[in-house]
Amino acid sequence: MECSFALTGKGYVIVAADTTAARSIVKMKTDEDKIKSLSPHLLMAYSGEPGDTVQFAEYVERNIRLYQIRNIYALRPSAAASWIRRSLAESLRSRKPYSVNLLLGGYDTASHEPHLYWIDYLGTMTSVPFGAHGYGSYFALSLLDRYHDPEATLEEGLATLKRCIDEVAKRLVVAPGKYIVKVVDKDGVREVEL
Amino acid sequence: MNTFVNRFASTSAANELRNGDDDGEFSDAMWGSAAGFGSLAKGVPTFIVPAVPDPTAFLRLHTDDHADPSCRIKIQHGTTTLAFRFKGGVIVAVDSRATAGSYVASGTVKKVIEINPYLLGTMAGGAADCQYWETYLGIHCRLHELRNRERISVSAASKYLSNLVYGYKGMGLSMGTMVCGWDKTGPAVFYVDSDGTRLKGDLFSVGSGSTFAYGVLDQGYKWDLTDEEAQELGRRSIYAAGHRDAFSGNTCNLYHVKEDGWKFIGNYDISQMHYDGPGNVPGAPGGGYGYDVRVEGKSSADPPPAAAPAATPAVAAAA
Repeated sequence: MECSFALTGKGYVIVAADTTAARSIVKMKTDEDKIKSLSPHLLMAYSGEPGDTVQFAEYVERNIRLYQIRNIYALRPSAAASWIRRSLAESLRSRKPYSVNLLLGGYDTASHEPHLYWIDYLGTMTSVPFGAHGYGSYFALSLLDRYHDPEATLEEGLATLKRCIDEVAKRLVVAPGKYIVKVVDKDGVREVEL
Repeated sequence: MNTFVNRFASTSAANELRNGDDDGEFSDAMWGSAAGFGSLAKGVPTFIVPAVPDPTAFLRLHTDDHADPSCRIKIQHGTTTLAFRFKGGVIVAVDSRATAGSYVASGTVKKVIEINPYLLGTMAGGAADCQYWETYLGIHCRLHELRNRERISVSAASKYLSNLVYGYKGMGLSMGTMVCGWDKTGPAVFYVDSDGTRLKGDLFSVGSGSTFAYGVLDQGYKWDLTDEEAQELGRRSIYAAGHRDAFSGNTCNLYHVKEDGWKFIGNYDISQMHYDGPGNVPGAPGGGYGYDVRVEGKSSADPPPAAAPAATPAVAAAA
């Protein structure tokens, strides 16, 4: 089953998502990247209804890019999150809503603050120090309540993420095998190895 | 297939139940006169069951709140219980909330059942089922002692319970329990549920909040925990579940089983643990467990180091 986690630390956000694309009981692909870079300092992990996820993510990606082309500056994380939430909320009342859950991590280069937003397919948005989607959240949230440190270094943050992934691997019957991990900080977006 | 066999098998528990009320050998008074176990006098437990062709279906009809939220009998479901074995014995910790549907029916439930001075059982699932059958198990553990001049092992006690509930499989029993204690093999924990599953292990958590408890428990667990660390881990894990699971909470009851039997360590309010911590107890870190309480004043902002004041104008003036 799909799992995604994200957590903030001193000057960064880590976003992790599993890499499986499943249909019915079959794993169709095991190295799918489900985290998009929306701008130089913005990451979005998406999960949910197959088909909807990629469609919505690409729609968001292009609109964020369009804004940047028109205005020179990219949207700041809070503004991007608001726009994305509104898109989901409008979609929810349409004939065919997008069923997509998101974790949006960004670094605000103006205020030097990392931001993380937890957004679900109903258009619920909340700013959180850490977040998770999928069955993994049942194990990870209590763990993060205990171990998350908002002032952790990147190494400490990655160690906490590893705890989450290990715990889910240990206890969740349908645990995913592989994760992709990306970090966004003042230097921009990059992929890291756990 | 199972139902088909049961209908014709003369030995099946279902049949026994169906015939229970026909016997009429015992008056209702016997229930009160022998602590609710008057039926033991005959050796085989019997129930008064609804006078309908299929009592199992009848029970299901009136208790299945998933299919029918307006059903008449709501069974207690949400819970968090945990037990683990370590160097210093067994820690048993449970919450104290009883819910019936979305209603918090009680916040002071004793979910640890003291079977005898060396055996504890935990309660998850149907409160009545656990309470009744674990007390019943206690009676048989005492009978075992009298017959064999030896305390029953945790393994045997748990197997007695698992065989018993397996006999009622498919008839609506709902229990997920951990039988914990100390016998001549040392500390032991067995998980027994109403499916008939019985597992020996070092660490279990049962109930709707179990995933949240596991999240904290697994990460902090090791065999060589000190007594204080182990008690703290049990308490902290129940707090985590009480905080994250709507169907668990109120207070935490903590027990520690050692070679000389179990000891009740304490009752801790979960809201109080959130804001102030468990109080002055050994092993506690001091301060509240709550995330917001724990990280108060911390910030993820990472502004660049401020330039030394007055340095910039001086350079500008020189230029």
